[in-house]
Amino acid sequence: MSFHQQPRSNSMKNQSAQNNNPRPVRRGGGPVALMPGEKAKDFKTSMLLLIRYMGRHKWAILGAMLVAAASTVFSIFGPRTLGQATTELYRGVVRIIQNDPLGIDFATLNQILLRTLFLYLISALLGLIQGFLLTGISARITYQLRKELSEKINRLPLSFFDKVTQGEVLSRVTNDVDTINATLNQSLSQIITSVTRVIGVLIMMVSINWLMTLIGLAMVPISMIFIRIVVKKSQGYYRQQQEFLGHINGHVEEMYGGHLVLKAFNGEKASVTRFEELNNTLYTSAWRSQFLTAIIMPSMRLLSNLGYVAVAMLGGYLVTRGRLNIGEIQAFIQYLRSFQDPLMNIANITNILQQTAAASERVFEFLSEPEEPKEADHPKQLAEVRGEVEFRHVRFGYDPAEPIIHDFSIKVEPGQQIAIVGPTGAGKTTLVKLLMRFYDIDSGEILIDGVNIRDLTRSDLREKFAMVLQDTWLFKGTIRENIRYGREDATDEEVEQAADMAYADHFTRTLPGGYEMVLNEDASNVSAGQKQLLTIARAVLANPAILILDEATSSVDTRTEVLIQKAMDKLMKGRTTFVIAHRLSTIRNANRILVLKDGDIVEQGSHEELLAANGFYADLYHSQFAAARGTEASQA
Amino acid sequence: MLRLKKFIYPYWKNILFAVIMVVVVAAADLSLPDLLSQIINVGIQQRGIESPLPDAISANTMRSLSLLQSPQDHEQLLAFYDLVEPGSPQAGDQAGKIPALTREAVYVLQPVDEAQKAELESLISKPLIFIQALRLLQNDPEQAKTLLGENFPAQTLSLPKDRDLSELLAAMPEAQKTAMLSAAEKHLSALEGSILQQLTIAAITGEYEQLGIDTQQTQTRYILKTGSRMLLVAFIALLASLTVSFFASKTAAGIGRDVRSAIFNKVENFSQAEFEKFSTASLITRTTNDVSQVQMVVFMLIRMAIQAPLIGTLGIIYALQKSPGMWWTIALVVISLMVVIITVFSLALPKFKIIQELIDRLNLVMRENLSGMLVVRAFNKQRYEESRFDQASLDVTENQIFIGRAMAFIFPLMNIVMFGGQVLIIWIGAGFVARSAIQVGDLIAFMQYSMQIFFSFMMLSMLFIFIPRAGVSGGRIADVLETPFSILDPSQPKPLPENRRGLVEFHDVDFRYPDAEKDVLHDISFTAEPGQTTAIIGSTGSGKSTLVNLLPRFFDVTKGKITLDGVDIRELTQHDLRDQIGYAPQRGLLFSGTVESNLRVGAPNASEEEMRQAVTSAQAADFVFDEGDGLAMEIAQGGSNVSGGQKQRLSIARALIKKPPVFIFDDTFSALDFKTDAALRKELSQKLGNSTVLVVTQRVSTAKNSDQILVLDNGRLVGKGSHSDLMRSCQTYQEIASSQLSEEELA
Repeated sequence: MSFHQQPRSNSMKNQSAQNNNPRPVRRGGGPVALMPGEKAKDFKTSMLLLIRYMGRHKWAILGAMLVAAASTVFSIFGPRTLGQATTELYRGVVRIIQNDPLGIDFATLNQILLRTLFLYLISALLGLIQGFLLTGISARITYQLRKELSEKINRLPLSFFDKVTQGEVLSRVTNDVDTINATLNQSLSQIITSVTRVIGVLIMMVSINWLMTLIGLAMVPISMIFIRIVVKKSQGYYRQQQEFLGHINGHVEEMYGGHLVLKAFNGEKASVTRFEELNNTLYTSAWRSQFLTAIIMPSMRLLSNLGYVAVAMLGGYLVTRGRLNIGEIQAFIQYLRSFQDPLMNIANITNILQQTAAASERVFEFLSEPEEPKEADHPKQLAEVRGEVEFRHVRFGYDPAEPIIHDFSIKVEPGQQIAIVGPTGAGKTTLVKLLMRFYDIDSGEILIDGVNIRDLTRSDLREKFAMVLQDTWLFKGTIRENIRYGREDATDEEVEQAADMAYADHFTRTLPGGYEMVLNEDASNVSAGQKQLLTIARAVLANPAILILDEATSSVDTRTEVLIQKAMDKLMKGRTTFVIAHRLSTIRNANRILVLKDGDIVEQGSHEELLAANGFYADLYHSQFAAARGTEASQA
Repeated sequence: MLRLKKFIYPYWKNILFAVIMVVVVAAADLSLPDLLSQIINVGIQQRGIESPLPDAISANTMRSLSLLQSPQDHEQLLAFYDLVEPGSPQAGDQAGKIPALTREAVYVLQPVDEAQKAELESLISKPLIFIQALRLLQNDPEQAKTLLGENFPAQTLSLPKDRDLSELLAAMPEAQKTAMLSAAEKHLSALEGSILQQLTIAAITGEYEQLGIDTQQTQTRYILKTGSRMLLVAFIALLASLTVSFFASKTAAGIGRDVRSAIFNKVENFSQAEFEKFSTASLITRTTNDVSQVQMVVFMLIRMAIQAPLIGTLGIIYALQKSPGMWWTIALVVISLMVVIITVFSLALPKFKIIQELIDRLNLVMRENLSGMLVVRAFNKQRYEESRFDQASLDVTENQIFIGRAMAFIFPLMNIVMFGGQVLIIWIGAGFVARSAIQVGDLIAFMQYSMQIFFSFMMLSMLFIFIPRAGVSGGRIADVLETPFSILDPSQPKPLPENRRGLVEFHDVDFRYPDAEKDVLHDISFTAEPGQTTAIIGSTGSGKSTLVNLLPRFFDVTKGKITLDGVDIRELTQHDLRDQIGYAPQRGLLFSGTVESNLRVGAPNASEEEMRQAVTSAQAADFVFDEGDGLAMEIAQGGSNVSGGQKQRLSIARALIKKPPVFIFDDTFSALDFKTDAALRKELSQKLGNSTVLVVTQRVSTAKNSDQILVLDNGRLVGKGSHSDLMRSCQTYQEIASSQLSEEELA
């Protein structure tokens, strides 16, 4: 009976949560996987790695597998003993006919029934133990995997994430780990019980009657071939259906997302026409796919019924010849029926194992990615930082073969301001990333207070910095928690003082819940400008020696922008500051301007020097204010 | 779901047909156990002899019967049997079936109906058993003892082997015969029902053997006959079930398609107010996932909602036919099943509900860690992030273990209920069998029915898990479909005025969102002249975008009116009105396709030259022509393969190519660097010579050279005029300007 397949509990439910997920979990729901499986590049190694990873849980899993097998064996004996009960009953009837005063032998019958019940109870108990054990073990392994993955993420160099998208990493932590979990938790025991059941049932059937077994099993290869054909066919339609579902979802997303534009350009009709086109194609592939999928079960039932009839006929004949008992027919039919499901599961084993191997391959590949270079053996300490920063002949490229910073040198005195300017996408944050050692430079050296940053630990180095980026990163949590991110041991008063310094105190207090208000997922319950103020407060609290600021404040309303600038000005006072500058005043007041273009530092110097050089900066400067000048001229 | 019922009506024929076929499937499924029990009862136990009324009786036996029956009974019996003499034409026909006809006369049964059959059976069964018993005693007294038992009444008779039984009976003194008969009657009457029938069958088998009929063959034939009926039923079940699937999948996919289309068409005609009511993301989910959800449940409902209760009910009826006394065993099994399912699910369901949130939380923490990687590392917060993730991961793990273990209970428990039920049925059934209240074959059938009932209840409980979910989806869809449009075309729209200049006038316009307490815009009046640029400036939330969104009727004014060339825009059709407007939105929304396909949204019939010009005017030539593939340059969904500034430039090109009398640029220059911004504005001022241009902006530098600047603050128009006017008169404008421009520039 089909009780032995448990639902894959958590395979599908993650999908809704991750829309940026490139690779949804590929698991078939029913006994036949409709989704074409994916394959690991190196099946054997991946599986070995997984087994090795299980470590001490290995034996527990093995134990659980044995328990699962034992549970199956006990349940296999069930129909047979139940059949014996029927036979005993039948014998009793014969005795009654013959007027034997014994009639039905209730003592024997009850004994058999008790034995049956006992078998089922033991089987259920073992099944329960198995489920209990595996759930715990697989959850623990899954937890461990996730933990290691999350820690690994923090040890990987940033350059890794230039190659791999967030979605991909996320998918490893969620989907791939889930796949492994599902396999450990369910598929593995399913495989074991299926194999045990098939073998056990086969033995039972042969022991009842080999001829009936042969006839009953004649249906198996036919079913297998049939399933293959149907699955292959429906896979095609299924894929097509998924594809068109994807198209239609894409169209809907796009049209709803661009609704205003669509209406403004009277594009509704074209959009609907396209939609109907997609919808009709989807309809055809959807019903075909659904129909073909639905064919499998009834057809299998017919094949199983054919076996059933053949067995009933042959069995009836054999009983009259005295070569079989009635109870044995009954048992045999039960066996025959319980043969199909595990057989289908076995047919699916390769698929499941392949998926598991592919998932663990990705996970272990990720875990073995080269990490950030080791910290210095005897790291130096920076106690009091004055804030002197020096770049000496720095050469760097995201790809070392294509350096974008060729030979850059600059010496910044404590408290100086350095403005970084250049068009969008010029790589203005690259310098910042080098300074904070998110990337290691290819040659040359970067010194802080005369100490090479390579000789410091990363955490010690980064402690000396605070940064406020245009991409205001806040997490889901209270405002207080978000500010305290700058310094964990800060008191509530210090947090509020920092907020006050950053002009964030006032608006925070007007929000529902004040400092305890929980920022939602993309912090959309505060405005962009307020977010920026909060990140400034965070930097204020960190109280660093060196500051990195990004002035870009697009989509911030003008009044908040004023506050942000004031807060930034306050923050900069007395600190060495690198500003990704957008305001003319900042640029003019800077001690040094670095001009970037296409990731490369093309010019450096003071405002006057650069204007005099009449290079890229001068061009940039003039173009920005040409319009303003023009207006003034026309108004004058 | 009920609110979507109108989508079901077109498919009533399909559904009806599927339902009929479901009934066929259920009937076929249920008749298989019955046929199996026939094989066991009739085919095996009764050796293929279906009725306890012999088809043929030898002349000798008939004579014996006449001696054991009352004369009236015998008269009645003889009336239904023809005496066939050997050598007669009839004998020739029947000899194949009854080999004895070649040598002796045989009584052959005439065709009889059911009532007559029953009557004859009652007449003949006991005497026939008695005759067979006597024969056995006569020929093999030892075996008779074992077969009939010690206390069979005729045990003491002396029946010489070589004498004909009828002669012996005839010679028996009347008193002895009467005493023997009454003793036999008493003995047999003690065995009621099925056992008596079995004995009769045994007697008939003995009679047939006497007549030389091959009983083995009779049995084989019966088994084959019933077997082929089973096959036939199985085939019918398959065909019916395929038909059900066919119609169910066509219906489900059809309803899915219709609902999807209805909701898409509805949403395409929504105005901005409805979009804000539902949110874009929610509308997308409703059009995609919710429809799929409904589609799946329709399919399941057609196949299972009728089949499960039907099989359950029919199974109960059939099972009770087999043995009404055992009804409570089935009830017990079903109730236990329900108890197991309800207990486990009520334990696990709350956890099921939160597990999704916990997983979302886990993903969120991971996503935050990834997206904030720079910040995390800059603040040395790796450990902190790890512990945050660890906590989320622990929560998920604990819940998963709970749910997994609850689920680990359900299957063994259900197995126990199911198999325990089987054991119970045999245990209880044995008593019924002992009392001859049920045959063994029927008991087996009863067991199988109980299993079918069990499974149908399982299916039902699954339905009860799925239906509410689809109900929620259905409700969400219906909410969209039932939402009235807030913006409608007038019943008798005015045509556009002949002389289209693009003169836009706002007359005392108020706007407030439905259900809001305060106006977003209040008392706005201004005129935007053709050939002039009107800039609208103000802080976030001041209502700038809302103001320009009123013009294409993305929203309708709450009070006052907006006119285009003197006509109230509400008196025009939306289509005509929007044809007059070139709109470039805040986030340069592009559609997937190519640059060309995006431009054709603006002007479907634009020539290549026009497109090139538009692209060049919008300052997009550098990345489209110089670096990209020209007009064929691919644009990914949401324009994700071009930068924000590039998107804005392309969306400006799209508006330009339309060449309408009115342009709206809704903060379209914000992502451009100053150089491009300036070049673009210069180009626009040349190209848009006679058009009315409305520009929403945050930048004073953008607004500065406009002919007219509107300053908005909290939804009110606080300043109107040129840059220099406003610098003198408008405080809000001064604040904005001073925050953006250096002293030198302000001067």
